[in-house]
Amino acid sequence: MNDSPTAFSALSPGGSAHIGPLEKNAPFVVRLSGAWTLAGLPARARELRALEAELRRRAKDAKEWDLSAVQHLDSAGALLLWRVWGRRLPGALGVSEAQRHIFERVESLAAQAAPLPKPPRDPLAAVAFVGYLCLDVLRHLRDFVALIGQLLLDCLWLAAHPRQWPLKEFSATVYKSGALALPVTALVGCLIGVVISYLSSLQLRIFGADSFIVNILGISVIRELGPVLVAVLVAGRSGSAMTAQIGVMRVTEEIDALATMGISRSQRLVLPKVAALALTMPFLTLWCSSAALFGGMLAAYFQLGFSFDYFLHELPRAVPVANLWIGLGKGFVFGTLVALIACHFGLRVKPNTESLSACTTSSVVAAITTVILADAVFAIATRNIGLIKL
Amino acid sequence: MTASTNGKSPPPVLEVQGLFTRFGATEVHRDISFSLEAGEVLGLVGGSGSGKTTLLRALVGLLAPAAGTVRLFGQPVRGAGGRAYTAIRRRFGMLFQQGALFSALPVFDNIAFPLRELKVLDEATIRALVLMKLALVELGPEHAALMPAELSGGMVKRVALARALALEPELLVLDEPTSGLDPGRARSFVQLIRTLKAELGFTIVMVTHDLDTLSDLAGRCAVLADKRLIADGPLAEVRAFDHPFIREFFRSAS
Repeated sequence: MNDSPTAFSALSPGGSAHIGPLEKNAPFVVRLSGAWTLAGLPARARELRALEAELRRRAKDAKEWDLSAVQHLDSAGALLLWRVWGRRLPGALGVSEAQRHIFERVESLAAQAAPLPKPPRDPLAAVAFVGYLCLDVLRHLRDFVALIGQLLLDCLWLAAHPRQWPLKEFSATVYKSGALALPVTALVGCLIGVVISYLSSLQLRIFGADSFIVNILGISVIRELGPVLVAVLVAGRSGSAMTAQIGVMRVTEEIDALATMGISRSQRLVLPKVAALALTMPFLTLWCSSAALFGGMLAAYFQLGFSFDYFLHELPRAVPVANLWIGLGKGFVFGTLVALIACHFGLRVKPNTESLSACTTSSVVAAITTVILADAVFAIATRNIGLIKL
Repeated sequence: MTASTNGKSPPPVLEVQGLFTRFGATEVHRDISFSLEAGEVLGLVGGSGSGKTTLLRALVGLLAPAAGTVRLFGQPVRGAGGRAYTAIRRRFGMLFQQGALFSALPVFDNIAFPLRELKVLDEATIRALVLMKLALVELGPEHAALMPAELSGGMVKRVALARALALEPELLVLDEPTSGLDPGRARSFVQLIRTLKAELGFTIVMVTHDLDTLSDLAGRCAVLADKRLIADGPLAEVRAFDHPFIREFFRSAS
């Protein structure tokens, strides 16, 4: 297009930035042409630096700049030239009225563009960080307790106004977090049952204690694994969904819209979720534990040759029924905790995408951690119940 | 602004030929054709739900039309691949109805985002350019650190305009530029766009409901009704066109 010595590749359709060749009879005039625009400037950082270096070299003994052949000039091109000129306009500058206007704007605004001074480093930043972290934890605890208190008040109010129960939301949550979770909980439960039964049977055979497979599988699945597995799955599946839903409703001001209609957010959004999960989780636990026992029976049949009949006959003798109640009780408590934590974090979402993702992550992590903590409390509190001791 | 260096007359900035849009069984646009030369300002008007925003989305390639082609700067907007595609995308800026600012980034980073994506400019240049764009839309450096959620509706529009202008586009696509602003602010926003157009010389396609915006800014007006462009021409001519929607639309003004 142009055989000037400094033609740079650019994406520009309207041509690219060119520096005219050195003229013998007028060595002090620099003639620019083409498009000195963001699109006309070189599209690679290296080439842009080369262009700037070339300009600086020419600027050293240039007395006059002729921009009359420049077809397009924008603030990016003007800024580049203005910096090359040493942050001022050169005395002899051949520009059109419109171009001068652009340069004037660059000049008037560039003063503000000086980088801000960095704030001095605080030597106690680490201590302050720990302090802020503690305050944050306390704030979470306070809000969590307030949420529980609000829900209790709502329950009292609803006891007096039974027609106001948010039944639709309740049943929708039961369906979404209960019925729709059946396939995945069954699959995971069954696989875990197979794995535990298979590994235990290998060990038990060494001691010739084959028949204890029923005890091991029964106690571990019904009392411990079933509730915890379901809680982890539900926290990941429904807890995250609840946090995200409430969070987006905050972002789009839907919660404020509810408030203007005189509808309490805790009553309409939080309570049905907590109640639904508290109800469905024991059933899901039952379902998941059954699937795990079924998987365990399969593995025991193939590995140890125990028939299903024998297994089912032995199960009530090896596992006292109290274990089932403990498992279902755990399901109820874990479900309540997961839903409460999910709603707590959902209500803390600030109206931006970053906060939404952070709160959803925290919600799942906090829910799973709390469930495991609660499980430890259960283990200590129920240590004398439902275990056959010699 | 797009005068070509090689004498040949440049292709129209925007060219739409036989555009059909369908969502399932619902037809939104039927056989829409028009073109836009450099420097023109086209105002698209139409009733609520007549598919104005959908048409804008088809123009910028966010939506695949059922039939027909859209060409920006002589290149098909959908189907072009790789570098050519990126080049087209960089030559227009879009102002969304709700601003569509990145809510996780402060104002400064919102405007700096397209500049940083070029991966050419150093941080000092980007900073200078961003502050210049902020000044163009009459905002100061003190607004640069605010988050989008902390801005008023008018400021969101201004920041969104600054972001649309960040890459010095040749075509500006505006979706309801003045909706949600009070009449005074709407007028000053239109004035701002007009000043910028005089300085930077871009082409504008905009959707608007607002007659004042239309008469202040648009030299040309196209009316979308009954799934077609029923009228397209200078505002005075379109006003005189006999169609129930046009009569209704312009009656409220006079």
